[in-house]
Amino acid sequence: MTNVILPELGEGIIKATISYWYFKEGDKVNEKDDLVELATDKATFNLPSPCAGVLSQIAFKEGDEVNVGEVLAAIE
Amino acid sequence: MEFEVFDLGLTGFEEALRFQKELFSRVKAGALNGALVLCSHHPVITTGRRAKAGAILVSDIELERRGIPVYQTERGGEVTYHGPGQLTLYPVINLGRLKKDIRYFLRELEGSAIDMLSELGIKGSRRGRLTGVWVEGRKVASIGIAVRNWITFHGMSINIKKDDLSNFRLIRPCGMDIRMTSVETVSGRSIDMAQVGAMLTDGLKKRFSTVN
Repeated sequence: MTNVILPELGEGIIKATISYWYFKEGDKVNEKDDLVELATDKATFNLPSPCAGVLSQIAFKEGDEVNVGEVLAAIE
Repeated sequence: MEFEVFDLGLTGFEEALRFQKELFSRVKAGALNGALVLCSHHPVITTGRRAKAGAILVSDIELERRGIPVYQTERGGEVTYHGPGQLTLYPVINLGRLKKDIRYFLRELEGSAIDMLSELGIKGSRRGRLTGVWVEGRKVASIGIAVRNWITFHGMSINIKKDDLSNFRLIRPCGMDIRMTSVETVSGRSIDMAQVGAMLTDGLKKRFSTVN
């Protein structure tokens, strides 16, 4: 299982909000597929899948705030 | 990091966005180092992902009567207005090759606007934790970006002409009760958009040539 973690986004940015999941739990994903779009105050950004597999767990829903370093999802 | 400059002049918002996405694909493919698009837009209201209901203060019918379309975009931030009296900059920059830091990139955009204002003898500044540039308590530059695979698009708009501010009354800019101003308003003289564009381009070239 591979955890998808919110990476460091820049100095002073400690959290981001989930704007959109491109997949739902149980979907097959390829490496580098965009998994999720997140937003800070003035920027949006994407998080690509680190590997191929099945998106087995989504830990936060759209609108939730996530801290840098937290696990967003798991891929098996 | 070097980038190519594309001056589109007065361009529709959709057309400029399509062009940015083309540039984005070329940067992602490694066919282009980076790009800076300069343009101004026909009057348009755009919303970012943070836009809340009620940020546009007039009805759809009223906007239609005024000929102002509304576009929902993938950028960050809330609602804004673009018009022909603004200079809009869309840097398509690979932060993966520069510095993987969104805050750094936003600060560099603000810094380039503050430097440009300073060259014109105007004191612009940041305001607390807010993004953007202010002069005498009024906002002159607004920023909202999108980053995909650490490559940026969307960007910054700077109010230049004094006669293109009234349409900001149609919205709550950035979802706040912000008062807008323009470079012409604060300088008290006519400002050439091309000159400002050249100053900002030079500034960003210097800023992105080395990482601080």
